[in-house]
Order: sequence, then structure tokens, then C-alpha cells
Amino acid sequence: MQQVFCEFLRVFRAFLDAGRRDKDMSIGNKVIGLVLGLLLTGGQAQALTLDEMAALSAGDSDARIDTLHKQVVKADPALLGFLQALENDQVKLVNGKPVLLDDSGAAHDPLTNKPVTLPDDAEDVVNNNRMRGALDAAIASLQLRSADVAVRKAAVEVLRDAELDPAELDMISKAETRETNADIKDMLERIRSRLELSSPDSAVRIRAAQKLGESDRAEIKQLLADHLADGAEKDPQVISAVKVAMLNIENRIARYEVYGTLFSGISLGSVLLLAALGLAITYGLMGVINMAHGEMMMLGAYSTYLVQHAFQVWWPSMLGAYVIVAIPFAFAVTMLIGMALERLVIRHLYGRTLETLLATWGVSLILMQLVRSIFGAQNVLVENPSWLSGGLALSSTLVLPYNRIAIIVFAVLVLLLVWLLLVRTRLGLFVRAVTQNRRMASCVGVNTARVDMLAFGMGSGIAGLAGVALSQVGNVGPDLGTHYIVDSFMVVVLGGVGQLMGTVYSSLGLGMLNKLLEGYTGAVLAKIIVLALIIVVIQKRPQGLFALKGRSIDG
Amino acid sequence: MAETQVLTQPWRQPLLLRLLQGGSGKAYGVALLLVCVVVPVLNLLVPSGSVFHLSNYMVMLVGKILCYAMLALAMDLIWGYTGILSLGHGVFFALGGYAFGMYLMRQIGHDGVYHSDLPDFMVFLNWQDYPWYWKGTGSFLYALFLAVAAPGLLALVFGWFAFRSRIKGVYFSIITQAMTFAFMLLFFRNETGFGGNNGFTDFKRVLGIAITTPEMRMALFVLTGLTLLAMLAMAQYIVKSKFGRVLTAIRDAESRVMFSGYNPLHYKLAIWTLSAVMCGIAGALYVPQVGIINPGEMSPANSIEIAIWTAIGGRGTLLGPLLGAGIVNGAKSWFTQSFPEYWLYFLGLLFVLVTLYLPNGVLGLIRKAKGAKS
Amino acid sequence: MSGVQDVAVADSYSGGSHLLQPGVLDTSHGVVLYLEDVTVTFDGFRALNKLSLSIDVGELRCIIGPNGAGKTTMMDVITGKTRPDSGKVFFGQTMDLTRMREPQIAQAGIGRKFQKPTVFEQHTVYENLELALKTDKGIWHSLFGKLTPGERERIDSLLETVKLTDLAQTQSGLLSHGQKQWLEIGMLLAQEPKLLMLDEPVAGMTDQETERTAELLNSLAGQHSIMVVEHDMDFVNSIARKVTVLHEGSVLAEGSMDKVQNDERVIEVYLGR
Repeated sequence: MQQVFCEFLRVFRAFLDAGRRDKDMSIGNKVIGLVLGLLLTGGQAQALTLDEMAALSAGDSDARIDTLHKQVVKADPALLGFLQALENDQVKLVNGKPVLLDDSGAAHDPLTNKPVTLPDDAEDVVNNNRMRGALDAAIASLQLRSADVAVRKAAVEVLRDAELDPAELDMISKAETRETNADIKDMLERIRSRLELSSPDSAVRIRAAQKLGESDRAEIKQLLADHLADGAEKDPQVISAVKVAMLNIENRIARYEVYGTLFSGISLGSVLLLAALGLAITYGLMGVINMAHGEMMMLGAYSTYLVQHAFQVWWPSMLGAYVIVAIPFAFAVTMLIGMALERLVIRHLYGRTLETLLATWGVSLILMQLVRSIFGAQNVLVENPSWLSGGLALSSTLVLPYNRIAIIVFAVLVLLLVWLLLVRTRLGLFVRAVTQNRRMASCVGVNTARVDMLAFGMGSGIAGLAGVALSQVGNVGPDLGTHYIVDSFMVVVLGGVGQLMGTVYSSLGLGMLNKLLEGYTGAVLAKIIVLALIIVVIQKRPQGLFALKGRSIDG
Repeated sequence: MAETQVLTQPWRQPLLLRLLQGGSGKAYGVALLLVCVVVPVLNLLVPSGSVFHLSNYMVMLVGKILCYAMLALAMDLIWGYTGILSLGHGVFFALGGYAFGMYLMRQIGHDGVYHSDLPDFMVFLNWQDYPWYWKGTGSFLYALFLAVAAPGLLALVFGWFAFRSRIKGVYFSIITQAMTFAFMLLFFRNETGFGGNNGFTDFKRVLGIAITTPEMRMALFVLTGLTLLAMLAMAQYIVKSKFGRVLTAIRDAESRVMFSGYNPLHYKLAIWTLSAVMCGIAGALYVPQVGIINPGEMSPANSIEIAIWTAIGGRGTLLGPLLGAGIVNGAKSWFTQSFPEYWLYFLGLLFVLVTLYLPNGVLGLIRKAKGAKS
Repeated sequence: MSGVQDVAVADSYSGGSHLLQPGVLDTSHGVVLYLEDVTVTFDGFRALNKLSLSIDVGELRCIIGPNGAGKTTMMDVITGKTRPDSGKVFFGQTMDLTRMREPQIAQAGIGRKFQKPTVFEQHTVYENLELALKTDKGIWHSLFGKLTPGERERIDSLLETVKLTDLAQTQSGLLSHGQKQWLEIGMLLAQEPKLLMLDEPVAGMTDQETERTAELLNSLAGQHSIMVVEHDMDFVNSIARKVTVLHEGSVLAEGSMDKVQNDERVIEVYLGR
């Protein structure tokens, strides 16, 4: 489900970004032939004619690509715009003549830019994958001359994945010399090194192999392996340099894989922690089993959706801030609902835990159906604000999404908040007093009924916060809570009842274990194994891994 | 005249009250008559135009509810009498259903979409042969044995670990829910070999007889009714024996039971396993009547619903669970036809209100009303 | 003959779990219960600290001590509820209680009454006694066994002893606090234990009930070994021959009531600080 959602988000963003295509370049991976080499020898700008445009748009792919190569050499600024229009399917053919569409779908004459009416029999330009690859590479090579660093960077990323001909070496070297940005220069150097691997000079080959050894990409390792595979390389020094380079790449890939697993483990752990923290209070401290806890998270996520919607309607310019506003809003909403739940239902069932379990389950059914009635059974769309989309690229394969990083930070903050609340505030003192000895606390003047209500509200509010976080990484639907309720109970049970730190350890541990196993068994089996392990562990330590031993109070 | 009186009397006097009053011999007789004679006659012999005709749908619905009643009775033995709330009874039920479902799948023979030796879903997965655990499931008797043994064994192993570690109360409930959840995930996988998402369906035959014939349906119904009555009689014997008193004693003061020299582990394990086996049998009877079994039956929500059937009828009574299963599922089929959106509100409210205001269920209410009158 | 008899345990025990000790209580040396250097810690807190204690056959021993002295923990150790970190706990000469589970210990002949009266509230008084009665306590017997006439007589006489004959068919949850205490004592006696352990048996009883309880215990001493944990000094005075004072998990003083009451350390623990 999550993958579907992410895919949906990606498509949706692509749609939004359609106008700034050059910045958000999707990475092509197909061949270009001589284009780049030709580009370097190309002359000054010449106007792109209608016939040339037609030749680029129609005909079989080979002929079109051939035309493309010839045109790229000219480095015509008009060509870039036209190629981008082709790439974005914004060119139509009317009687074999190309017509441009703008973002709104209105048609223009490509030369005069005058609006024209699009006849019904206008043909679409069909680009197959090969053509698209060629287009990407051609666009990229044109963009290497761009003044915009971001454009050049995107271009070099496309070229990195394209197959290059040795003839292009000169062009790359020149671009490299011209380049001022260190990152791009480095990437160009690597692209050059790829080409230099087939240099006749063995010193150059060794240097190229060393440079390629700095990569973290499996393709480069494959390239190096291919270089050795055909037996053409005779120089033992080069061979050993290539082998060292391959080993380096392999180690680097392995290392990033470990980092990646660690990160997703911590990420899952922080989600679990957020989901379980509220339970650690209501179940762990108060001993109230709240099966509607998951629905509190769900309500938190829907609160986030509401806030987002409000921003979209009233303050679209400040949309990015909606998450910040959603945090206190979701907390307040779920806290109030939690307090009402405590007052109306749970209060009457203290000491009857099994009944509490059933009653709160009923409440969870009602809440779910209520949300379905109001918002519909379909998932609602909660979008990451722009500052949470994208990610921190640690390597070509390892990108840490900002929303995941934000959740880890958020989980730590919430944990800190809960800890401060419990340890440093009067309410926290009262909660601990009541949970340890209800009668005694009541005797010394603590209003236990009020403390119960507030503590339960607090636990629910924290569930609401978890909901805000979940809305940023998963889909928001009426059954969001049901996906987390079992897990969060497992965290609390494993961590030991009444132990805040136990909850932290067990959520991180479970997150890690889950992600580690996923690598071997796949997600579903990993989850099953983890559940089975928890059940086994609890046999050994029924009080939880981190619980204190104590003299039992009951007879 | 006198004859009609004898015949109509049981109809007028609710069966339930008669059983309540302890005239259980007579009540069992009446129930037997209903199941073995009245329903088959009304369904098979009374023409479908008549007002007395019982439609096939009704027979299926009642048969289904009777299976649910077995679940509720099983839940009552472990929860109502022994005080152990299981949120995993759906798994035992589904395991029984799947075990018998394997037999039903094999009875399809070559009549599947792919006309293969293997069930369609295995053809779809490109499997060449049955996995090892399907061995022998072509045999009716072995499938029946499996429907009892699989849930029984799971319960025995799970219970032994849990009870030995003195896991009890809510803790136990949560663990059983985790078990349910894990099993549901497991059965949702295609590779597990039980049809993944879709489970088993499109059954054709039982013992070579087409499953859709009215006679077959009626035979299954009668069998279900008889099984339920047998379970009821067994449950009655158990709770009236000293064994039953020990169970209740465990519920009320387990440490006293221990210090009186009973080993609660053995008692809990026995009743827990028995309860699971009852669920398995119910599942095996349910699947051919309803015609489908899928992992949805293992969802935590289904298991927890069983508890509410038991609670609404009256925990710790023998008839309560049967009554509760009837009330809730009757209401369910009515709601889902008339007001589908409101069913979950109703069910949710039922959970809340019963626990808050009806701790002894409907039977408790009836008893109270009767007590107030007399 | 005294005390040296039957009490077959493990092998006749229907459970399948094995008892490591030969299942016969051996009190030939006159000692029914023997604790040596027993230590129990709960996360750093020493509930019992090298506690050593022995109870003779037929003795009535009172255990006193301030809150937290380890009285309840000691009972937990003896009845198998808590496993000691170190030390020996023997029932008679041969039964190592640290290796037995609660039901086995109960069947071996140790009965325990809780501080809070614990009876089966949903059952009648009669059923309570029936459940406690010394007999085969396996599943099979519970399912298919019937009360023998001998057992019925035994229950009737127990009802007499604890003065609940008239209330035999009453649901025990409806009894008064004192009556529940008595019923629980009755249930202990029904188990025919060699050693009775009573945790505050007269808590919540009226003076008259307390007196009767003292009488009952005095009459039982000799046939059974009895260990009483009690706060009520008058009551202790009225039954005790020998008193043990626990403090911080070990024995502070032991001896006759007079001797203990005049022990300076005891006075300090109870009155000082």
C-alpha cells in the first residue's frame, strides 16, 4: 500500500513539476551515439527550421536519432526548448508539421509562437524508450553549457548513466576544464575515467581505475569487471589497480547497504516508538488497555489532513507550514477525544481490564466508521510540505528521505516531552503517584479521577502526534490504526510495562530486527518472524525485557 | 387435540427458558426434533410458494450461525468459565476451515478453470506439485482429523508456553491477538500454499456428491445442528463436574487453586485445547456451507467479535453464547442488507454498552426480570 | 507414627512434570521445615538476607516483624511462589522445596492461608471445601470422579470445625470477613497438610472470632506444625510458645514471648529510630 501511495505521490509531483522539467530531470539510461562528439565540433547557432523539427518528430526512430545527432552539434538554443517539448509530449503533428503545446494545452506555431487552432486529426508524437533515452542525453549534453549549476548537475547525472563512445572523451575533458563546481567537476572526471579505461597509455588506465574506485555504483564495478573479462588487458599493474578499485566499490556499496538498513531500522523504530509512547502511558503506567489507541493515531492523521485542507483553501501561500500547525491541533483533538473516552467509558471499568479491552475495541469500531462516514472509505491525500520532500543523498544508492529524518527527530522530541512531563511536572508526579498507589495518592489529596482523565488524555494526545508523523510517511485512511495497534502493543509488552526506557529500547530493537530480517525474508515473513520471536521472548520474561522484578502484591 | 398440544407446546414455550429451568432432557429432544425434522421438512418438502417454506438462504444463514454458536460456546468455556480471554479463536476456526477446505479443493478435481490436477491458485503460481502439508488431504477422514488436530496442536503448543510462563489476563489476550495477526499475514502470502488473498472457494463436491444439491446442504445443516447439540451437552457435563468448578476457581482465585494442590497449567491447557478443537470443528462445518474460506477469517477483528457474542448472551452460562451468536449475527445480516453503513456503529455500541451495562448479558437480564417478577 | 507417614507426591501426581525428590515426607529428625541461608533479592533490594529457620514437628511458631521484614517473601519461598537466589529450603529431610512448583508443594503437605482471605467466591462453602479436599487433583479425576461417602463425612466434620455447617450451601462470596477467614482455614485443614502457614489469620476479625481462632489453632498444634505470621500481639501471646522476630530479611531474635519482648534489639526495631 505504502509503495502504491509513494508511486502515486511521485506521479502527482511529476505532474506538478511538469513546467520545470529541466530542473527535475528524470534519469534516462539509454544510448546516444556520436551526439556529444559532434556537439563539440559544432558551429554557431542556426535557426531550427520547420522541416528539421518535422524530421525530429516523425519517421522511424533510427532516422530521428540520426537527425537528432546532427542537430545537437549546432548547439542551437531553440533546439533545447524543442527537444524538451518533445520529451514532455508537447509536440503534435498537423499534416506532418509540428505544432507546440504549452502547459495549458493551447497550441502554438513553433517558429512564430503564434496561437494556432489544433485540428482534431492532429497526431501525437510517439517516443519509444530508445528515442527518449537519446532525447535525454541530447538535452543533457546541451545543458552542460548551461549557466545554471543545477541544470548542469542534472545533465551530468544523465550522462553518468548514458553509454558513451570513446570519441566523446575530448568533449567531456573540455567540459571538465570549464567546470567551476567541484561536485560536477568530480562527476565529469569519473565519466572521463570511464572513457580513459580504454586509453592506450597504461598509466592513464591505472589512474582511471583508481578514480573509478571512488565510485559507489554497481554499474562502475561491472564496467571494471568487463574491462578485465575479455582478457585484452595485459598490464599486470593495471589489472591489480582495477581489482583494487572493484574491491573498493564493493566495500563502499556494502557499507552503504548497512547504513541504509540501519537508517530504515531506526526510522521504523521511531515510528513504532511514536505509536507506542502513548500506550506506554495509558497501558504501561495506568494499566488501561486501550484498543482504540490506533484510532487515536488515525484521528491525528486526519486532523493533519484537515489542517492541510484549511491551508490549501485559505492560506495556500503558506502551505509548507501546515505540518507545524497540525502538530498542536492533532494533539488537542485526540487529547479531548481521549479525555471524553476516559470519562464516558473507561472510568466505569477500572479494574476490569478485559472489559476495558472490549469496550475500547467497540469505540475503535465506531471511530473508524465515523471517519468513513465523514471522509469516505478511500484514503485521503496528505502531502509532504516541500521542505519534507526529497532526501539527503549519501551516495548514489542511499538517499535518506527528509520526511523519515524528520520523524526520527520528532520521535526524539516527543520522547523528551513525555519524559519531562512525567518527571518534571506536577501532573507527571501525580500520574506516577496514582499508578503506584491509587489509594495512598487519593489520601494525600491527589484528585485521582482528574489525574486519570488527564493522563489518559495525554496518552491519546501523543497517539495523535504519532498520527501526524504517520501521515507524512504512509497513507491516511480509516484503518490506519489497525496496522499499528498490534505492533505498538508488542513494543510495550516487550519493553516491559511501566518502563519508558524499555519502550524506547524495544521499539528501536524491533524496528532494527524487522529491517534486518526483511533483507533476507521479505517484509511479510520478517513481520511474522518478529511476532513469533516476541511471543517466545515473552515466555521467558513475562514481565517484559526491561521490567523490574518485584514482590507480587496479589495473594 | 391433545396431540397438537404436545406438538405446539415446545413452540410456545421458549426453548431457552426450558433449558434454563433445567428440563434439559426435554429441551435437547425438542432441539433435536427441530434440527433433524422440522427444518429439513420445511426446506425440502414444503413447496417454495408456501409461507412455511424455509428458503435455502435461510438454511445457509442458520447453519452459519450455528457454527458461530459453537465458537461462542468454545469462547465461553475458556473466557466465561476460566476467565481467559482469547483474541485468537478466529485462527483455530480458520485452521479447521482450511483443513477441511483442502479436502474440498481436491474434490474439485479437474473442474477448475485450468482443468489441472492442482487447484487453480497453484497452477497460477506455477507449482508442479502439492506442497508436503497437502499430503493426504484428498482423504475425507484425514481432512476431518486435520481440522481437529491442527487447531488442537497449535493451541496445545501455544498454551503450554503461555500458561507455563504464567501469562494471564490482558497480557495473554494481547499475545493471542499477535498470534492471530501473524497467522493472518502468513495466510495472506501466496507462497504459504493456501490460496493467498482469495483463500479457497468454488467448491464442487463433498464425498463425490455435488455440494449445491438441496440434500447435501440439508445434510450439512443437520450435521452442524447435531454437532452443536453434542458440544452443548459436553460443555454442560464439563461445567457441572468438579473439573468445571476448578475452572471457575481458577478464574476467581488462581493462587488458591495452586495452593490447594491443583496444577492450573493442566486445567487451563485442557480447556484451552478443547476450546480450540471446538473452533476447528466449527470451521470445518462452516466452510462447505458458506462456500469460501480466506485469511480475512483470521483478522483480529473477527476473533474479538466472538467475545462479544459470548458477552452479550451471558458469560459463564451455557445458553448465553448460543443466544449471543444468534442475536449479533441475526442483527448483522439484517443490518448489512438494510443499513450497511450503520452496522459497525451498532456493533461498536454493542461492545461498549454490553460491557458497561450488561455484565451478565441478555440471560442475566432475563434472569433478573424473572427474579423481579416472582 | 507422628507425622511420619504417607504423603505420596510426585509419582502419583498426574501432571507429567517430575518431582526430583523421593515423594515421601521424612521428619524422622523431628524437623518439618528447614531454611538455611536463604537470600532473595528484587532488583538490588534484599527481601531475605541469609535467613535460617527451622520448625519442629507439631510446633506452633509465630513469626513477627515490622513491615518489610520479609515475612511474606519467606512464605512465598516456602510455598514455591518465589525462587530464592541462594540457600536451602527443605520440607522434612528430603524434599527440596526450591525445586518444586506450588501445586506439588501443596500436595506434599504445606497449606497456606493468605493475608487477604482468598476463597472461591462463586462457589458454595461446601464446594470450596470439596475443592480443597485431599484427593487426586488431576484432570481425569476431576472430570469423572465422584465424592466418596468418606469424603462427604470429612467435609461435614470440617464444616463443624469451622462452624459453617448452616452456611454449607451459601455462596462463599456472601460470607462475612471473619467467616471467610475460617472457611479458608477449613480449606487448609481439608488438604490435611503437615505444615500450616497462616498469614495474619485474625486480621479483620472481631474479638470473639479472634478468641475462637486462637482456640482452634491451639487445638490443632500437635497434630500439625503451624506457622503464624501476625501483627496482633495479644493474639500472638495467646497462642505462641516460640516466637521468631524477622528484621530486614533475617532472624533478629527467637525464643519465648517473654524473652523476645525483653530483647533490646527487638525493642529498638519496634520502638526505636
